[in-house]
Amino acid sequence: MKHCDNFIVSEKKFLNQSFYKLKLKATKPLPEIKAGQFVEVQVNSDSKVLLRRPISINDVDYQTNELSLIIQTVGQGTKELAKISIGEEVNLVYPLGNGFEVKGESVLLIGGGVGIAPLLYLAKQFNAKGVKADVLLGFRSQEQMISLDEFEKCANVYVSTQDGSVGEKGLVTENSIFSKSHDIIYTCGPTPMMKAISENALKNNIECYASLENKMACGIGACLCCVQNTTEGHKCTCTEGPVFNAKDIIW
Amino acid sequence: MEKLKIQLGNLEFQNPVMTASGTFGFGLEYEDFFDVQKLGAIIVKGTTGEKREGNPAPRMCETPMGMINAVGLQNKGVDYFCQHTYHEIKHYKTNVIVNVSGSTIEEYIKVAEKINELEHIPAIELNISCPNVKKGGMGFGTDPKMAAEVVEAVRKIYKKHLIVKLSPNVTSIAEIAKAVEGAGADSVSMINTVLGMAIDAEKRKPLLSTITAGLSGPAIKPIGLRCVYQTSKAVKIPIIGLGGITNATDAIEYILAGASAIQIGTQNFVNPRIGLEVVEGMKEYLDRHNLSHIWDIKGVI
Ligand SMILES: Cc1cc2nc3c(=O)[nH]c(=O)nc-3n(C[C@H](O)[C@H](O)[C@H](O)COP(=O)(O)OP(=O)(O)OC[C@H]3O[C@@H](n4cnc5c(N)ncnc54)[C@H](O)[C@@H]3O)c2cc1C
Ligand SMILES: Cc1cc2nc3c(=O)[nH]c(=O)nc-3n(C[C@H](O)[C@H](O)[C@H](O)COP(=O)(O)O)c2cc1C
Ligand code: FES
Repeated sequence: MKHCDNFIVSEKKFLNQSFYKLKLKATKPLPEIKAGQFVEVQVNSDSKVLLRRPISINDVDYQTNELSLIIQTVGQGTKELAKISIGEEVNLVYPLGNGFEVKGESVLLIGGGVGIAPLLYLAKQFNAKGVKADVLLGFRSQEQMISLDEFEKCANVYVSTQDGSVGEKGLVTENSIFSKSHDIIYTCGPTPMMKAISENALKNNIECYASLENKMACGIGACLCCVQNTTEGHKCTCTEGPVFNAKDIIW
Repeated sequence: MEKLKIQLGNLEFQNPVMTASGTFGFGLEYEDFFDVQKLGAIIVKGTTGEKREGNPAPRMCETPMGMINAVGLQNKGVDYFCQHTYHEIKHYKTNVIVNVSGSTIEEYIKVAEKINELEHIPAIELNISCPNVKKGGMGFGTDPKMAAEVVEAVRKIYKKHLIVKLSPNVTSIAEIAKAVEGAGADSVSMINTVLGMAIDAEKRKPLLSTITAGLSGPAIKPIGLRCVYQTSKAVKIPIIGLGGITNATDAIEYILAGASAIQIGTQNFVNPRIGLEVVEGMKEYLDRHNLSHIWDIKGVI
C-alpha cells in the first residue's frame, strides 16, 4: 500500500559540498519498507518547482519512525529542498518501486555518486541476515566523498576515485574487488557505470541487479513517463523497477 | 451533494470533476490515496486498436510551471482492455470513460465498436488531438473537415455518450468544435496538451526523444480558459474544460468561462488526492457564495 503523508524534518546535515542528508519523522507508524524503494518528495507547495522528485530511501529506523534520504543538489528542486529547516514539514508519497531482493551469500554492492544512497539500507539488511556484503563505492574525487562510517559498521568497504585521491584510482570496474568472484552484484549510480557493470557481470555469468534513475512524473505507474526499454518491451521504472535484472535491460 | 450533480446529454455525473486521460492510469493506481468512486468520472488512458509501445525515453521533462510529455499512447490495445482491465474497474460506482485513439478512421471505429459493447462504460472520449503520435492523432483534430469525418464515422456505430477531445494547436478551436458538433458529438473536452519543446543548452540536445511534445500543467491554464471561452460562444453542446487545473478555484474559473464540467490532469502527479479536494473545494465555493447549483455560474463571463 502506498501512502501520501507529511513528515517532519528531524535532522539535516551537509555531507559535502553538494550532498545533504535529511532525516524525516513520520507522524504514524512506518509501513514495511524494502531496500531500494524510493519516495516522491514534494518540494514546498509554494515553490516554482511543480513535480515531486524521486529520492531513494537511504535508511529506515522503525524504532524512531524515521526515514533518511541523501540528496545531491543538481537543479532547482534539489536546491530548494536543501533550504528546508529542522521542524518543517515535507510531503512524501511512499514507499514506491519494487526494491532489491535480499539474496545471495557473497554479494557485491556497487554505488556511484549519490547512487550509494539506497545501498546503505541494503547492506544493513544483508548484515541482519548474517551476510557481510562487499560494498564498492565510486566517487569522482575526495570532494564528492561522504563519511563511510555507517557502511563500515555493516559491510566491507572499498573505494574508487577517478583521480586516485582516496582508495584505488580509476573506475569501479577497475577496482580489484570487482574481479573477485561474487554470486550477485547490486548496483546504483550513473547510467554509464551501471551499464559497464552489467555487461561485465553478464559476461562472467554473475547475476546482476541495477537500480535505474529514469525521469519520473507520477512515481505510481499512472503516467508512463518513466519507461525503460527491456527485452519484454517498455517497463515502468517506478512500478516494475527501479531495480531491474541486468539481463532484461536494453541500455 | 445536489449542488454539484450535473447531466451532460443523457449522462449523469455526481459532480463535474473528472480525471484526465493519461494522468490517472485506470483509477486503480490511485485507490490507495482516496475513494476514486467519489469523482464525477475517471477517464482512462488512451486506447488504440493494437498494442503500442509508445515513444522511446526520455519521455518527460519539467518546464516552468508545467511538464512536457512524449509518452505517445503506450497502451495494451483495445482487446486487452476489454478482456482484462475492464473487469478490474467495471465495479466502480462512477462513470468510467475510455479515451479512444487511432491513426486511421478504421482504427477509431474498431476501438469504439468494441467499447460500445461494454456495459459499464457509458461514454468514450474520442482523442483527435494527441500531439505525440506520428500518424493521425492530432492530424484529425487540426482540420475541421477531417475532424467531422472521423466523428461522423464513429457516431454511426457508437450509441452512447460521445465526447470529442480537441487540440489547442489550431488557429480556431471554436471552428473545430462547431464541425464536430455538426457531426454528432454529444460534448467536447478541451484542451489536450500544447505542442512545445525543451532544449538542454549544455548538451546542445533536445530533452525529449520526439523533440517536440505536449506541454501540460499550470503553464497552459490561460490557453485552456481562452479555448473554453471562445468555444462556449460558438457551440450548444456542453464543454468539459481542462488544462492546468491545480485546485478548486482553477476549476471554478473554467466553469465561469463556460465549461459544464472539468478534468484534472498533471496535478494528479503532484497531489494524488487532488480530485477529491477539488470536489470538496467546489462545494465550499458554492456554499460561501450562496449558490444553489454549480451551473448558476456557468459561462457568466
Ligand atoms: C528511483 C530514483 C531514485 C533516486 N534517488 C536519488 C537519491 O537518493 N538521491 C539523489 O540525490 N537523487 C536521486 N535521484 C535523482 C533525483 O530524482 C534527481 O536528481 C532530481 O529529480 C533532480 O531534480 P532537480 O529539480 O534538482 O533537477 P532538475 O532541474 O529536474 O534537473 C537538473 C539536472 O538533473 C538531471 N536529472 C533530473 N532528474 C534526474 C533523474 N531522475 N536522474 C538523473 N538525473 C536527473 C537533469 O537531467 C538535469 O541535468 C533518484 C531518481 C530516481 C528515479
Ligand atoms: C503523461 C500524460 C499522458 C497523457 N495521455 C493522454 C492520452 O492518452 N489521451 C489524451 O487524450 N490525453 C492525454 N494527455 C493529456 C491530458 O489528458 C490533458 O489533456 C492535458 O494534460 C492538459 O491537462 P492538465 O494541464 O491538467 O494536465 C496526457 C497528458 C500527460 C501529462
Ligand atoms: S513515473 Fe509515472 S508511470 Fe512511472
